[in-house]
Amino acid sequence: MSDVADRVKKIVVEHLGVEADKVSDGASFIDDLGADSLDTVELVMAFEEEFGCEIPDDAAEHILTVGDAVKFLEKNSSDTK
Amino acid sequence: MPSKYLRRVVVTGLGLVTPLGCGVEESWTALLEGRSGIRRIEEFQVNDLAAQIAAFVPRGDGTVGTYRASDWMPVKEQRKVDEFIIYAVAAADQAIADAGDVVKTDEDRNRAGVLIGSGIGGLQGIAEASLLLQEKGPRRISPFFIPGRLINLASGYVSIRHKLKGPNHSVVTACSTGAHAIGDASRFVALGDADVMVAGGAESPICRIALAGFAACRALSTAFNEQPTQASRPYDAKRDGFVMGEGAGVVILEEYERAKARGAKIYAEIIGYGLSGDAYHITAPAANGDGAFRCMQAAVESAGICANEIDYVNAHGTSTPMGDEIELTAVERLFDSDAVNIAMSSTKSAIGHLLGAAGAVETIFSVLAMRDNTAPPTLNLYNPSVETTIDLVPHEAKKMEINTVLSNSFGFGGTNASLIMRSIE
Repeated sequence: MSDVADRVKKIVVEHLGVEADKVSDGASFIDDLGADSLDTVELVMAFEEEFGCEIPDDAAEHILTVGDAVKFLEKNSSDTK
Repeated sequence: MPSKYLRRVVVTGLGLVTPLGCGVEESWTALLEGRSGIRRIEEFQVNDLAAQIAAFVPRGDGTVGTYRASDWMPVKEQRKVDEFIIYAVAAADQAIADAGDVVKTDEDRNRAGVLIGSGIGGLQGIAEASLLLQEKGPRRISPFFIPGRLINLASGYVSIRHKLKGPNHSVVTACSTGAHAIGDASRFVALGDADVMVAGGAESPICRIALAGFAACRALSTAFNEQPTQASRPYDAKRDGFVMGEGAGVVILEEYERAKARGAKIYAEIIGYGLSGDAYHITAPAANGDGAFRCMQAAVESAGICANEIDYVNAHGTSTPMGDEIELTAVERLFDSDAVNIAMSSTKSAIGHLLGAAGAVETIFSVLAMRDNTAPPTLNLYNPSVETTIDLVPHEAKKMEINTVLSNSFGFGGTNASLIMRSIE
């Protein structure tokens, strides 16, 4: 598992209050992890803060699963260590 | 004169979060023991503030009357809201549990509403978010910033949590909020808009910007920073302002026949509700007590009783130099020669001023005064600034027969509310 994936999952666990083992790559924020639309906005903000990048609204619309977020951030983050 | 109420409204559940404890009996017992919930502020910097004391809800592991937020709301949700919403949820949960099977079926839920107010809502969260906006820009403002600060979201959270689908409303009338919320909600039940209302007030104002603002209004006590438990001293000659407090009070209001039919424990009946405006000044009460007098008189008239049937008055009595005497004058005018027979105390002497929650918490204290036939004390009243024939219940709780009570609340803007409750036996 990549470092990006670890950091993404940590944020998801903290913000959605879910068990870590439920946060799989294929898990959908809304369908599987109990997020609502406001939660997903806040998640995207938390990713931006953690990875020091900006996620435009049209890109954020396509980040529906944990894997989507990891993929986007691995490609676009300025800070993937 | 007959009561104006179309249906009788009774109180069947109580919930409290106060500086004396989380829980009705915990708060009430401490109040009767004469304990103070006021202490020095250690949570944030106060050395540049005029007022350095406040009445905090005691935090702990949730036992022995301490408050633990996660007992009432998951940590994930807590991050989204200001504390007044969690206090409201905690007090509402207690009240609903206390009322027994008050809401069981879907039809019950459609006929049960929520009306919880707050004086200033999420002031602390607004202050923090404006700093964040300045430092990091608009993209860092959370989607929960607005819903977590809005005053009516206390009602919103409670209704969502308990699936209460009747009227969902709120009140914002400064320090009269809690009393107006219970009064207005009782009218909803009386008029048939709902059969059950979860009603009250919640406040979490203790932060630097609020202390600075109220101190600028010259409303806060500043002379007792080193003797915090002596700072709130209604009617005493040395009083110099109110002490800010936090917490929530919530009651279950229910249509009388419904409550009786299900065998509910009935604490009291709401028999009178009066409202008035001072039309005088934004912060100072009308100098002759006219607004307070007309408010109490309206409550007495709506109850269809004579003032002398009232045994105990829970005063607004905030411990400000001007307000206490003005209210006292108005109460003396209302009771006239019967003033000698009543007891009137200010429980703010123990818990400080809970602003938008005050009227709701004090309504509950008034109801408990009837239940236990005991008037709670006015602490720190050593030397009254004026002479009165009214028993102000200094220092110690007083055993006496109490069947009818009046609770007063007066707020900035010249907004007044009085509630009259009577025991049902």
